[in-house]
Amino acid sequence: MKKPLVKVDVLDASPKNSNKNSRRKFIKLGGLGIAGSSFLLYGCSDDDLFNPGGDVGGPDPVDPDPVDPPVDAVFDLGSGDVGILNYAYALEQLEAAFYAAVREGDYYAGASDEEKNIMDDLYNHEVIHRDFFKAAITAAAGEENTLPDLEFDVSSIDFSSRDSVLQTAMALEDTGVGAYNGAGDRIADATYLTLAGKIVSVEARHASAIRSLLNPDSADFAGDDIIDENGLDLAYDPSEVFEIAGGFIVTDFTADNLPEPNTGS
Amino acid sequence: MSIIKLLDEFSSEKLTTKSSSRREMFSTLGSFGKKAAMAAVPFGLASTKANAMFQDSGNAAVDALQLALTLEYLEAEFYRLALDSGVLPSGRPETVYMQIYKHEDAHVEFLKAGLEGAGATPVSMPNFDFTAGGAFDPFNDNGIGQDTAYAQLLALAQAFEDTGVRAYKGQAGNLMGTAFLEPALQIHSVEARHASEIRRIRGLEGWITGSMRGDGMPEATQPVYDGEENVMQGGVDVTTLDFANPIVGDVTEAVTQAFDEPITAETATAIASLFIVSDDSDSDSDS
Repeated sequence: MKKPLVKVDVLDASPKNSNKNSRRKFIKLGGLGIAGSSFLLYGCSDDDLFNPGGDVGGPDPVDPDPVDPPVDAVFDLGSGDVGILNYAYALEQLEAAFYAAVREGDYYAGASDEEKNIMDDLYNHEVIHRDFFKAAITAAAGEENTLPDLEFDVSSIDFSSRDSVLQTAMALEDTGVGAYNGAGDRIADATYLTLAGKIVSVEARHASAIRSLLNPDSADFAGDDIIDENGLDLAYDPSEVFEIAGGFIVTDFTADNLPEPNTGS
Repeated sequence: MSIIKLLDEFSSEKLTTKSSSRREMFSTLGSFGKKAAMAAVPFGLASTKANAMFQDSGNAAVDALQLALTLEYLEAEFYRLALDSGVLPSGRPETVYMQIYKHEDAHVEFLKAGLEGAGATPVSMPNFDFTAGGAFDPFNDNGIGQDTAYAQLLALAQAFEDTGVRAYKGQAGNLMGTAFLEPALQIHSVEARHASEIRRIRGLEGWITGSMRGDGMPEATQPVYDGEENVMQGGVDVTTLDFANPIVGDVTEAVTQAFDEPITAETATAIASLFIVSDDSDSDSDS
């Protein structure tokens, strides 16, 4: 698998960057942001994870000096639970950016009150998830181990088209559900597992509502396209998630050290 | 007639108090005598007659799966009877109930197979009483009328689905390090999809605000929602974060919507127990 090396905007890594709402020029890249398949399982000092500034555990593949990151540094999501939290944070950044853009588009401007309310709520929830992860990871692992603000290219989405917006929302929400479901057994700390559970069911509620808007009076809210014959929802590995979501992600990062599933076998 | 209007007609007071008017209302409709007192008991406080099913096996994962199986039995039987009742309007309600029944039935079979595969004996299906001792008549078996029965079918479905989401979430920790965690999470999110759709059919949002059970939900269902108002996540009061994009509307409401909260096995059992009349379908029942 190819491992693209694209720089993380140094400004994004700066602790003083308060320019989160600005629309930096999107840089279109062909490659996905992710290449990690050389997973390594590191021991993780779980007890420290809620300890602000505590030891994160596991080797840090990134330059350990947060003050002066090299210009060409590619952020790695990290190992252990911090890696999984950064992984979730990347997805929440994407979802929040998407709904923020939706609310500035023509579909939203002309949408029914019901659909406007749904878009407002989904925007709220994803912004809350995103900023919660930023605070939680920063507290647990330090800013230097927290995924920087990512840039996204959403030029493939027609924000004036209801169908384009809702189809994209469906894809993102379904992917989010599958990502959290597939990541659960890679989490070592029960508190983080429950936190992921608190979020994934909200993503599933979103996915259901969007699917219901797209095809009312149908079984699509939990359709046979996503729920298997055992009644089980999607569960994606990180590589599958980045294959789906990677097209929107401009800022490159790696996921070389995410933990493997722990199924006790 | 709007759904909300319908739901208002079976007001929570009538369902949760032992008022004489309620007794009169039901007394002409059939035999409700025996367990009528239970109708006054909120969901979470019913006597835990199902406790016998949740004996400590010494294996937290097995216990979690047995609880899950019991909740799936409850849901599968509820939707099966709902589809048989003739109460459901055709179109969206019937389509949705058919899809949900298919999933709950599959969950039952999946969990039974999983337990057997793990060397455990799956609990058998209890006898259910979806009138909860006479408080409800969701299948119109006792002549409460199609419209009210339908409103109750939706209200109970919402309560069961939102309970299921919370119960699976509460058991995730007990399944860590086992091959059952991932499929349990996959069931958990399916229940959340169901909950969202049922809530939307009822005219609510798909997500839970604060600990509000929502318009038209009987007061007895409040234990299903208690605790959903939590805003502390990972030791952080999420409402105090400096959000990089402005939150639309009330921040606390949005934060409670953004996180679903777990319930313990005890709470889930207490809620389910309101609808369980025996531990074993082979035993005598007064159904």
